[in-house]
Amino acid sequence: MDIAIIVGLDVVSGIASLVLISAGLAVIFGMMKIINLAHGEFLMLGAYATVLSVSAGVNIWIAMLVIAPVFVGLVGVIVERCLIRFLYGRLVDSMLATWGLSLVIVGGTTMIFGNTIVGVSSPLGGFQVGAYQSSLYTPFLALMALLLMTAVFVVMRYTRAGLIARAVMQNPDMAATLGVNPARVYMATFGIGAAMSGLAGGLLAPIAGVVPTMGAAFIAKAFITVVGGGTSILWGLISASGLFGFINQIAAFLTTPVFGEVILFIAAVILIRMLPTGISGRFFKGRL
Amino acid sequence: MNVPLLQTSGLTIRFGGVTAVDQVDFTLEEAELRCLIGPNGAGKSTFFKLLTGQLRPTEGHVHLRGRDISGARPHEIARQGVGIKTQVPNVFNAMTVQDNLWIAARHKHTPAFATDLTDKILTDLRLTQIANKEVGQLAHGQRQWVEIGTVLAGEPELILLDEPAAGMTHEEVERTADLIQEINKSRALVVVEHDMQFIKMIAKTVTVLHQGAVLIEDDVARVLEDARVRDVYLGKGLAA
Amino acid sequence: MHQLNGMTGALIGSAIVAIAILTAPLYVDLFQIMQLTVFAAMAVLALSLGFIWGYGGILCFGQTSFFGLGAYAYAVAAINFGDSTPAIALAILIPVIFAALLGYFMIYGGISDVYLGVITLTVSLILFNLVNSTAGDFYKIGDARLGGFNGIPGVPTFNLPGNSGYILSPEQAWMVTGIALILVYLGLRVLIASSFGRIIIAIRENETRAALLGYDPRIYKLITFMIGGAIAGFAGALYVNWGAFVSPTIFALGLSAQIIIWVIIGGRGTLIGPVIGCLLLQWLVTEIGAQQALDANFILGAILIVFVLLVPKGIAPTLRDLVMARLARDKPMTADTTTVKVKT
Repeated sequence: MDIAIIVGLDVVSGIASLVLISAGLAVIFGMMKIINLAHGEFLMLGAYATVLSVSAGVNIWIAMLVIAPVFVGLVGVIVERCLIRFLYGRLVDSMLATWGLSLVIVGGTTMIFGNTIVGVSSPLGGFQVGAYQSSLYTPFLALMALLLMTAVFVVMRYTRAGLIARAVMQNPDMAATLGVNPARVYMATFGIGAAMSGLAGGLLAPIAGVVPTMGAAFIAKAFITVVGGGTSILWGLISASGLFGFINQIAAFLTTPVFGEVILFIAAVILIRMLPTGISGRFFKGRL
Repeated sequence: MNVPLLQTSGLTIRFGGVTAVDQVDFTLEEAELRCLIGPNGAGKSTFFKLLTGQLRPTEGHVHLRGRDISGARPHEIARQGVGIKTQVPNVFNAMTVQDNLWIAARHKHTPAFATDLTDKILTDLRLTQIANKEVGQLAHGQRQWVEIGTVLAGEPELILLDEPAAGMTHEEVERTADLIQEINKSRALVVVEHDMQFIKMIAKTVTVLHQGAVLIEDDVARVLEDARVRDVYLGKGLAA
Repeated sequence: MHQLNGMTGALIGSAIVAIAILTAPLYVDLFQIMQLTVFAAMAVLALSLGFIWGYGGILCFGQTSFFGLGAYAYAVAAINFGDSTPAIALAILIPVIFAALLGYFMIYGGISDVYLGVITLTVSLILFNLVNSTAGDFYKIGDARLGGFNGIPGVPTFNLPGNSGYILSPEQAWMVTGIALILVYLGLRVLIASSFGRIIIAIRENETRAALLGYDPRIYKLITFMIGGAIAGFAGALYVNWGAFVSPTIFALGLSAQIIIWVIIGGRGTLIGPVIGCLLLQWLVTEIGAQQALDANFILGAILIVFVLLVPKGIAPTLRDLVMARLARDKPMTADTTTVKVKT
């Protein structure tokens, strides 16, 4: 029984962490149809922002939940203005540019902070399930994922920004008919997507080793989730995270975390053979 | 009873709530020349896409010489002898005119024979002058001719031409009409066209599509006099 | 006709380079020979991506997967057989099988370029994690321990075919690698000039049109992808032969990025471009490695961004266009060059 609870918690936390590490990527993909290959580095910057803020004496909650997303969000806006906007309509070149950016950020961070692991300690303690010990941070991450998805839903459903976003997802030219400058939509998209990645990076800081190359550890899962989910930001992300998080955790429980990832990937490849536009391309077409 | 070359029965495709092609029953005999007309959005190009496998029908069937080809992939249908010139020129832009035709001819023939066939068609279509030019650099009318040449090089038995005269000069239009009649001596064609002068030059039987469905199918003279056709089509200022 | 002339040029150029390769040990010291050997092995890898991306239009971000699989296949087989000849065959065969499986799911699934790039990149990331986790006695194939993060040291290098006692010297290994590069290059030139090559270029240009002419784009793309996998796997064997060692870093993200950068700066749609890009970048990375101030990733990323923004065609096609433009200007205008140009 206790083991079932622990595995159940693992599945929930697996799903929640997929939601968190993929959300920023999903926003940019849903709106702009490009995969941001610097996504891992946005996570890493969020983690560094958190670690550095904490060591400068800032409260860890403020560092994770405010400073990390705001800082990385600003980075996203700057990147969009200085790089991505010159490549509108060139999907492949946009992705290559973000790949170059990823290398520049890794290299730059290494030059400034060195290639050593830094970190912050988890702000929450543990709890006991029978003979098993678990961290309170796990349900906290699940709560954050839930809050993030709720926020995305509310914004998309009930605000003007959400209306514009939905229009652009359906048809990029529609922004113009709503009287909105597409360039501003893309700038905001990149900023918000980056901020979400920054938030995820901040939340990862206490549980992951923070190094310049840490992004690489997360992007495989994020890529699979977003490709499997398709271009619908909310439902694609939730359905793919749910499916893959479940498969991944069960497989990891039965084998090793690495094989869990391999099985996750095989599941995703079979999925896209059947649904080449992702889950949402088939089942949630035109939805949020 | 002989089997028609092409026969569709109840052919239908829906996109969301829109029925773009609606229960079309269409029959084409061997070596027939048919014109397909209708206002914009009548479903002509969509109908062609269903015939060539670029779209899968929601309902209904397409039979080619009695074989059911509904839902087959474009290359499978092409191998059955259907060639199409699409509405927007569909060519290999970064390749030369000669290579465009050669690729088409190569599918059925050896490289050497493909080269000979290419040269022959280039001469027939008077494209020899521009044979070594990149197709992407050509004017719209010339690209149309290249695509027609490419279709001919594939030696199909049924040729679908979607607006072959669009963007051509008057002289080119007349040449196109002559060419179609030349091709029709041995092969069947379906031609979609807006230009009524052009239709009058080549047409025998005309099928009119309206809102995805067949409105009327008859001899060209009778179709052009038909009141319903005037209403949906000619009435929109195209009669002039 | 002009294709034949191009072929003659390639043959003459290749002959000159081949002579240079064979005589290099006479005037280049051993350290530099070793350096050149790994450059040449990497150039074969560059050709594999240059071919599938530049000609097949297949956007593969994870060409290291095949390179790494080839390297590991060679290492494991060479240790078990004690003979390099079957090991090289396996270094080609295993990546081809892997490319066939992966390519089938992606290409027959009909996914977009963006998805294909991301999925192939993900494959290399996962292979990296997977091979990294193979430390310990449990993970061994025959006599070869995979060794996890530490990799496989002491891999037997190339021997004379049929005589596993005769191990090639570093100079001979260099000649083999250099000549292999030329042969792969010429082989691809012949392939591109063949019917198959012309058809895959046509499919790259317009997949719909190719299908409407009766060609099944999927099978052509899959075969192209598999040929790329074979060449990359072969490059992996050449690479292991150079260092007698392989580790999971062969799958690392950094190398995936470098291959892309070689092709981007050299130019898509040529074969010589990726080779030039590879040699330039290899040299640059070696130079950067010799100093401390600038991080190699930083420079590579900056180069990639600059090329994507400013020289998206890459060096070789840009130079070719400049030469062509110069030639066209020198030539008197003929009647048929006055055609109205349309933007497509």
